[in-house]
Amino acid sequence: MYTLPNPSTVSDNRRNMASHDNYSEDHVQTMTGQPEANVSLSAVEVQRIKADFEILEHQVNSTDVVYLDSGATSQKPRCVYEAEQHYYENANAAVHRGAHTLAVEATEIYEEARETVAKFIGARTNELVWTSNATEALNLISYSISNASLGRGGEAAARFRIGPGDEILTTEIEHHANLIPWQELAFRTGATLRYVPVSEDGSLRYDLIDELVTEKTKLVAFTHVSNVLGTITDTQRFVDAARKVGALTVLDGCQSVPHLPVDVKALDVDFMAFSGHKMLGPTGIGALYGREELLNAMPPFLTGGSMITVVDMEHAEFLPAPQRFEAGTQRIAQTHGLATAVSYLQEIGMDRIAQWEEHLGTLLFEGLSKIEGVRVFGPSDVRRIGTVPFEVVGVHPHDVGQYLDSRGIAVRVGHHCAQPLHRALGVTATTRASTYLYNTEDDIKALLVALSSVREYFGV
Amino acid sequence: MNELDQLYQQVILDHSKRRFGSPLVETTEGLLHGESHQHNPICGDQIRVRVELNDEDHFEAMSWEGDGCSISMASASVLSEMLPEMTKEEFLDKLEIFREMMRSKGTFEPDEEVLEDAAAFVGVSKFPARVKCAMLAWVAAEAAMFGANK
Repeated sequence: MYTLPNPSTVSDNRRNMASHDNYSEDHVQTMTGQPEANVSLSAVEVQRIKADFEILEHQVNSTDVVYLDSGATSQKPRCVYEAEQHYYENANAAVHRGAHTLAVEATEIYEEARETVAKFIGARTNELVWTSNATEALNLISYSISNASLGRGGEAAARFRIGPGDEILTTEIEHHANLIPWQELAFRTGATLRYVPVSEDGSLRYDLIDELVTEKTKLVAFTHVSNVLGTITDTQRFVDAARKVGALTVLDGCQSVPHLPVDVKALDVDFMAFSGHKMLGPTGIGALYGREELLNAMPPFLTGGSMITVVDMEHAEFLPAPQRFEAGTQRIAQTHGLATAVSYLQEIGMDRIAQWEEHLGTLLFEGLSKIEGVRVFGPSDVRRIGTVPFEVVGVHPHDVGQYLDSRGIAVRVGHHCAQPLHRALGVTATTRASTYLYNTEDDIKALLVALSSVREYFGV
Repeated sequence: MNELDQLYQQVILDHSKRRFGSPLVETTEGLLHGESHQHNPICGDQIRVRVELNDEDHFEAMSWEGDGCSISMASASVLSEMLPEMTKEEFLDKLEIFREMMRSKGTFEPDEEVLEDAAAFVGVSKFPARVKCAMLAWVAAEAAMFGANK
């Protein structure tokens, strides 16, 4: 299914992508309605995909590993780390500087990766800024707005200025990465942070959005898919409300870009952050999408080499986006690894992956709900990815996780970097199972079987 | 015994349910008392420990309340049973031994005469991610002891 990438097959990958030219249109359908029927992966295909992941062939605690923690980080197919190795063996050099052949090749690989990943989310190439991860991407926006509020960026950046009396709106289901940068922005600028609360079952209170988004609102930050509940947000509700008052929209795409077809133009958001390691890519690479005109008007966050035009001892002029946000030597091998991961996902098809995971998510949600003493969190009437949080009544999540680990089953336990949501659900910690394209129905069965004996083991 | 059963020895499972020393009790007049709240930010486990000492540096009582996994709750229960009658120095000695056991990655051979029920936690040391759970109550008791006053 995959051939080792080298500078010639990178363009092959791009040719493969040409078959996805009508991708955006397909995607609009998928985003607004149910996925098309009968496009899901077959069990045989999933087995074949699984074979591309060396680590899934390993044994953990003398049993085959059942990896149900992709929400934390995904496993990587061989082609991804082979691409990184290939880069280091054949093209390693600093990008955007130096006239030698290796520097030119490295720059090409780096910029081709940008093109691949930008296309994958429906963006133009210069609308994709590389960051270390999604956390850095969200902080980039937060600090750029602070800098604009201090007057940096001049009149062009005036629309980003916020201060006392202005409001930033987020939600109660956010990962800490899409909450704390806004808390800090509020502290630095004197603006007020408000949030859309959740109901008892963890559903977002969409009915309050119109009340909460007012003329004072300058920025609305919300997640596309909850990293705890796996539920898919009705993004249109936020975008429509924000547009009415001219507020900027920031989407956390960490849990959607790996699992669903995502098109930023169809979603009509101003910014979107996502991370590479959750979508088969390496660690240390993430990206920020931003509308071209916004990125080019924003003052930089990190400053230094590679992001300037003219520098004298008193001041500097900055390059346009994306370079103005990419100070210092960049993560070149990682961008190549991520682009390889994206090509791998595209060959399979995001719509088909989404359908398979929706199926696994349903098996999980329904299977867990049927086990006596297991309580599943989250609304049942919302579309979700294959991520489901639960508790085994009377057994602490850490003990549940340990018991599952002894059977080779990897899940996440704790607050999943979403303490406010857990507080709203009335618990301090949960156990979370989360799937990806390499998970089989047998993986879900293994979890369900193991869970049915947990309470007995702990004498509950 | 497999590793999981070594981790969750019966004495640990029993203590995690019995929770000896919990909930917190009122302090007695005339004794030194100290309190400490410890929190493990990774998992959200938390415990509040209250200790009482007499003028001769002997522990009179330990009570606690907390929310956490069976290892952290059992550890607090075991310590509450052990602590009364111990001197400050005896406690610090045992804390050192317990800490050494927790860092041993399963190689430590505990002396049950010294560690009593706490010896059952030797299995925890094979699971580095759980060592903090077992240490939580001990660390809280130590901080409470050093902060104790009338």
